[in-house]
Amino acid sequence: MTDILVIAFVLQTLRIAAPILLAALGGVVSERSGIVDLSLEGKLLLGALATEIGAHATGSAVVGAAAGVAGGMLTGALYALVVVRFRADQVVSGIAINMLAIALGAYLIQLLYRSASNAPRIPGLPGNLLANPLFWLAVLLVPAVHLLIARTRFGLRVRAAGEHPDATASLGVSVPRVRWLAALLSGALAGLGGAWLALENHSFLSDMAAGRGYLALAAVIMGNWRPVGAALACLFFGAAQSLQIQLKTSGILAIPDSLASIIPYVLTMIALAGFIGRTRPPASLGRE
Amino acid sequence: MRGALIREGSIIAIALLAAAAAGSLLVLAYGQSPAAVYGLLFKSTWTSEHGIGQVLFKATPLVLTGLSVALAFRAGLFNIGAEGQLAVGAFATAVAGGALPLDAPAALALPIALLAGATAGALWGAVPGALKAWTGAHEVINTIMMNFIASGLVLYAGNSGLFVAETEHTRHVVEGAYLPDLGLSGSAANLSVFIALACAGGVWYFLARTRRGFELRALGLAPMAAEAGGVDLKRATLLAMTAAGGLAGLVGANYVLGYKHYFENGMGSGAGYMGIAVALLGRNHPAGVVVAALFISTLQHGGLAASELVPRQLIDVLQAVIILAVAASSAEVRRLLAKSPEARA
Repeated sequence: MTDILVIAFVLQTLRIAAPILLAALGGVVSERSGIVDLSLEGKLLLGALATEIGAHATGSAVVGAAAGVAGGMLTGALYALVVVRFRADQVVSGIAINMLAIALGAYLIQLLYRSASNAPRIPGLPGNLLANPLFWLAVLLVPAVHLLIARTRFGLRVRAAGEHPDATASLGVSVPRVRWLAALLSGALAGLGGAWLALENHSFLSDMAAGRGYLALAAVIMGNWRPVGAALACLFFGAAQSLQIQLKTSGILAIPDSLASIIPYVLTMIALAGFIGRTRPPASLGRE
Repeated sequence: MRGALIREGSIIAIALLAAAAAGSLLVLAYGQSPAAVYGLLFKSTWTSEHGIGQVLFKATPLVLTGLSVALAFRAGLFNIGAEGQLAVGAFATAVAGGALPLDAPAALALPIALLAGATAGALWGAVPGALKAWTGAHEVINTIMMNFIASGLVLYAGNSGLFVAETEHTRHVVEGAYLPDLGLSGSAANLSVFIALACAGGVWYFLARTRRGFELRALGLAPMAAEAGGVDLKRATLLAMTAAGGLAGLVGANYVLGYKHYFENGMGSGAGYMGIAVALLGRNHPAGVVVAALFISTLQHGGLAASELVPRQLIDVLQAVIILAVAASSAEVRRLLAKSPEARA
């Protein structure tokens, strides 16, 4: 009995953490290149929308997931256009992208399906998490993004652009180009997170990101802008939420959802303030 | 001064043209005529007393959150937390207003309810302000975190006895704390619009004419020079975020005291994030904020009427496009002007 509960707890933790993790990996890439990525929420949402459109049109979850990646990349491209090409304020633009995503999602499902709130049913992910290819992809992406940033030439340029853009440019590396690529990659990863949300729910909802993008950003910070650290933070957030659900359904201890929901945010503030080990953002985060 | 006006004006003009074009495309995509939609938008707002009243009602919280964002911005700080500050503020306004004796006179009840809201909002702004000042933690992340914490805590406090049983709203505030409506043909516009205008005047006076306001602007323009000139940067940071939170915390005057007379979970949500747009469009100047709030609230109320023809969310898309366009064009125009020979000479 306890074993089953533990297994259920672990699986639920992973299931909750996976989409946040995908967005957080995206956030690590763009933030390390020097772009403040408040737009993760929007990338998740428009990734989910694109997944709905792709999967509904073809009846295939795989096409849906690919469309989700494309939708996230498009969102990343719009963000890069505004903040890299036009050098608009990154904080304002990120918030605006998120507002745009919520509105555009609701507008497009009305335009495409003439439905005010929910989109048609689409194929989904296997119910068994361990048989879910998207889950294994998410797991593999953690070391992959780590290696990309820590060990490759592109990763070195990303880090250089985020720490010392002027020095990077003086070596003949185009900082805008590096940031464009980072923004697109961030969009692809977060878009995959959006695909997870839409496929798991078998349908797109215009408010389905529900703050996960901001939670992902919190995980990036808690994880000190490193993929493995961000993954651990996501697991922690997932475990906290999973524990809360289990405690509630088993009736052992009732912490109200409202109170439990603030835990990740309080911890992020504590981490940022340096009370549990210093976190250090990229030196030129948010600067040109 | 004249150069600045031309610069800021052209930024807004370029952005609005771009947004109008994008809006027209979205309307066309839905098979409707842009002229008809824009016409309906105008007709439902500025051509009737009720329409004007609704625009004023919806502009009031936006003036307050816009001022909140603008004030912090003038100190070089991003207040993304108006959303949470207005939630705790409106909640506190309703709780304080409901806890007063039933026969409390307006002269007592109104200031208490307003002060409760402003104080709660100020506290919500002060936390990220203090963290920024003393630990260097970035206020953007902390204010976002505080938004989520606010919505969790308000719900928790409400469910722990401050909401009426089985509902998600507080009890009514005492009648002495009601803000009368303006009597504009049954619209929800109420006296709080004057509170918001007074705040705009107050922010202008504070920034332009007081020592602390000057210090705050100095912090925003050149922190190192300000510090060398004797400004206590930590105190100025804390003051800016606290005042910004207090302004957003007053939003309850409009919804709670002037309209519903109780707080309801989720009340005013979105107005905090929209305050960023208002401050940006208003170029962080109190007068600009008032005009921008009227513009956005016109879109919001007009969008309801335009939903006869196109989905209401189209107006929300338009608002986001306007923000992106203003953000992009302001950086671009500044750069073009910096390159022009006049500016160099």
